[in-house]
Amino acid sequence: MSEATLEISLTVNGEQVTKTVPVRQHLVDFLRNELGFTGSHLGCEHGVCGACSVRVDDAVVRGCLMLAVQADGAKVETVEGLNETGEIADLQKNFVERNAMQCGYCTPGMLITAAELLREPKPVSREEIREHLSGNFCRCTGYHAIVDAVETTINTRLEEG
Amino acid sequence: MNKETPLTLLDKPNSYVGRTLSRDAAKRAVAGRGRYTDDIMPARTLHAAFVRSPYGHAKILSIDVEAAKQQQGVALVMTGAELAEMCTGPWVGTLVCFDGMKSEPQHPMAIDRACWQGEPVVMVVATSRAEAEDAAELVTVEYEELPVVIDKETALDPGTPIIHPNLGDNLAFEKTIETGDVEKAVAEADIVIEDTFTFGRHTAVSLEPRALLAEYDPGTERLTIHTSSQCPHMIQAVFARTLGVPEHNVRIVAPDVGGSFGLKIHTFGDEIAATAAAIKLARPVKFIADRLESFATDIHARENRVKGRIAVTKEGIITSMDIDVRSGAGAYSQYPRTSVFEANQILNITGGPYAHENYRASTQVVYLNKVPTSQYRAVGHPIGNTVGESLVDQAAAACGIDPMEFRRRNVMRDDSYPRISAAGIEMRDLSHQQCLETLVDRMGYDALLEEQAEYRKKGIQRGIGIAAFIKGTAPGPAGYYGAGGAPISSQDSCTIKLEPSGGVICMVGVTDQGQGVDTVMGQIAAATLGIPMESVRVIEGDTDAVPYGGGTYASRATAIGGEATYQAAMMLRAEILEIAGVLLQAEPDTLDILDGHVVDKGDSASRISLAEIGRIGHFQVAELPNHIQHTLSATYRFRLKDALYIFTNGIQGAYVEVDTDTGFIKLLNHWVIEDCGRVINPQLADEQVRGGCVQGLGGALYEECVYDSAGQLQNATLADYLVPMAGEMPDIEVAHIQTHTGVSELGAKGVGESGTGAAPAVVMNAVNDAIRPFGGKVTAQPMSPETILKALGKV
Ligand code: FES
Ligand code: FES
Repeated sequence: MSEATLEISLTVNGEQVTKTVPVRQHLVDFLRNELGFTGSHLGCEHGVCGACSVRVDDAVVRGCLMLAVQADGAKVETVEGLNETGEIADLQKNFVERNAMQCGYCTPGMLITAAELLREPKPVSREEIREHLSGNFCRCTGYHAIVDAVETTINTRLEEG
Repeated sequence: MNKETPLTLLDKPNSYVGRTLSRDAAKRAVAGRGRYTDDIMPARTLHAAFVRSPYGHAKILSIDVEAAKQQQGVALVMTGAELAEMCTGPWVGTLVCFDGMKSEPQHPMAIDRACWQGEPVVMVVATSRAEAEDAAELVTVEYEELPVVIDKETALDPGTPIIHPNLGDNLAFEKTIETGDVEKAVAEADIVIEDTFTFGRHTAVSLEPRALLAEYDPGTERLTIHTSSQCPHMIQAVFARTLGVPEHNVRIVAPDVGGSFGLKIHTFGDEIAATAAAIKLARPVKFIADRLESFATDIHARENRVKGRIAVTKEGIITSMDIDVRSGAGAYSQYPRTSVFEANQILNITGGPYAHENYRASTQVVYLNKVPTSQYRAVGHPIGNTVGESLVDQAAAACGIDPMEFRRRNVMRDDSYPRISAAGIEMRDLSHQQCLETLVDRMGYDALLEEQAEYRKKGIQRGIGIAAFIKGTAPGPAGYYGAGGAPISSQDSCTIKLEPSGGVICMVGVTDQGQGVDTVMGQIAAATLGIPMESVRVIEGDTDAVPYGGGTYASRATAIGGEATYQAAMMLRAEILEIAGVLLQAEPDTLDILDGHVVDKGDSASRISLAEIGRIGHFQVAELPNHIQHTLSATYRFRLKDALYIFTNGIQGAYVEVDTDTGFIKLLNHWVIEDCGRVINPQLADEQVRGGCVQGLGGALYEECVYDSAGQLQNATLADYLVPMAGEMPDIEVAHIQTHTGVSELGAKGVGESGTGAAPAVVMNAVNDAIRPFGGKVTAQPMSPETILKALGKV
């Protein structure tokens, strides 16, 4: 039996991509295996850990729960794309300075999720930051440093207007 | 720092040692440029998937793989029997240091019989993982179910089936240690408290699962394995020996490792199988465990029941402690580190902070039809600390003494080292008293007691917990591995080289999984050599590059690898100064190195740069007299001499709120004061403690691998096995007391497991403090809301 496939066209990190993919392939596998964007990781493949988080048409989604064919015509952004545009340069810098990661496996998902809070920054408490990140599992850090890094970034953006 | 500790190069003003510096690996991680095993995709890579036993215990009657073999994309289907033919023999997970221990020989994949649900039975290798899984579904295995042994309490009872008839019973190991006269102490005590504690099974849940990519070149007969591992040399030895490939032909590379926590110091049959496939097919074969098979095959840990007893005088002095531990292993003892370390460590450390002289501890480790158990972060400590610290709290309450004051009266005194603990282990360079007083201060203990009382008046039940601890770190060769006979090194090495450019390459046997081991080694090397951090590159995790070593386990990287790096850098420094002395016509001991330049001592003016020494030393050697035959490199190996471990100590505090209607626990505050000796990078040390704490809190509150009576793991998904997420966890305040260990010049002890070791104890004490006015008491972990409500008599 040969696999059912479909051709899809989408924008990934600003570049137009057209590929024929197996219909059952998940978006994150497509991004990693077909396009080489290995910044998105697989931690559970059932929608719990958030390691596979990517942006599809400006919304954060779990790349392991969405099929590649569902992204046909969409704008997809991964951590590599966010890195290139400089959109979260301050957040990245604060993650590094605060050591808000150890193994780094959760980091791309954390950054993409935390970036939502930076879109239109408004004052948030640590509890709210924790709540916002509660769909992203990190086994290494214990979260404290991640909350610090996000908090610092929001506060600096607010101060600098 | 200790007053007596002599000043070293590391203590210079502006030294890199003792300073927070950020990690290069972090910069890579935030850009999405981490490189984990699954990110490496050589051309023509095949993928392995496994047919695993659906039963806890079953005879394998027949296996039909024909349909699977016909599937498109399938390159190989291999049974356990076929794999066994490629192996030198089964594993036996015993160590000679565990007297009388026994285990059934274990093949990498089941042959006639599967002994736990999830044990690999057939491997399918195909061009993609999806195709391999499709084909695996077409494999037909006929099983005959056998009775399972699930309950550790009845595992040794007559009438309970014996999992491995050759062993005669289900007992893996038993041991008793005894110091002094416990029965006499109990008979003479004013107060005796007894209790029973139970601990659920956990597993490590590293976010990156187990991962391996094996490549074999039939021409050179070289086997290269990229794998998410903490211990490349151990993997090299075990894989080479199991598959009959000469060790020196095997290269193990650990690229970025996405969390490990002890899980990745072990060897697994499915990984051997995938490697065998790579040899057989001469093509790259990748095996990445998915989350479901991680739960069903990664080592488990912590399943123990402990009966404990403490005897005290009415003045609140502990006179004895005794414990009996029933430890639930899996179907086999995990090779090569065994499944009995946990129980052994519980015996070693329970009641460890205290000065009592009567102690008895016994254990029986029993086989069960469950996933094999082995070392997981802070092996045994969460259990030993919970038991000891809960008994101490209960004794304090019975004496009517504040639990902080009770501990103050009983901890080993800071001026009493070296000494032998009640468990018979040498303790030195500890600081229980100083840690305790620091905690009192950091918690604002008295004010917190008042606040708690105010909340009680409002009907809000808050609890304050305290737990002192010891932690065995950096084991030595006299102990379990060297003496035990496993191919696991307890020494570690550093080779350090001056390059022609003046840059330094530092190759270490210890490995990084995100702790910052590479940064820490770089800091030690740069500080010792007097060069900028940017001039040092640390290489780890590649057996082709680094000197032989044990890797990272048991909080040993900084304590053992750090000392090796320090001493190797001292040797290289001496060589550099000797060459400089010849070139400058100066006595080497009048020279120093500062910022990459040789200078006169006490002066910062450059006499010659390290780049110039590198250039002359490598290219213009004719400028040196013939008797100077320098290598501009040095290797040093460090190991403990006689000690079993470098013990560390500390104390944790917790402040929680318990909702007595719902049983929910809210963690309000958490403090850790610990003594890991010399701190190399304060931020990295803090974050080890914080991350470790949360891992301990997860175990205490949420995590458990639940089996039903048929041996089926009930919650093998990340949706059902609860792990701590950001929303539930508290901020954690960390402080370090730095009593240098006397066993090395660097003075560092381990820090990576101290958070995990005592967090379950302190949070349980806090919860029990909160519900004590209601007569409630919890002694089972995880402390689910249901457990709390039961303790309160509400369900
Ligand atoms: S891998 Fe997608 S949520 Fe875990
Ligand atoms: S840094 Fe390892 S999982 Fe978050």
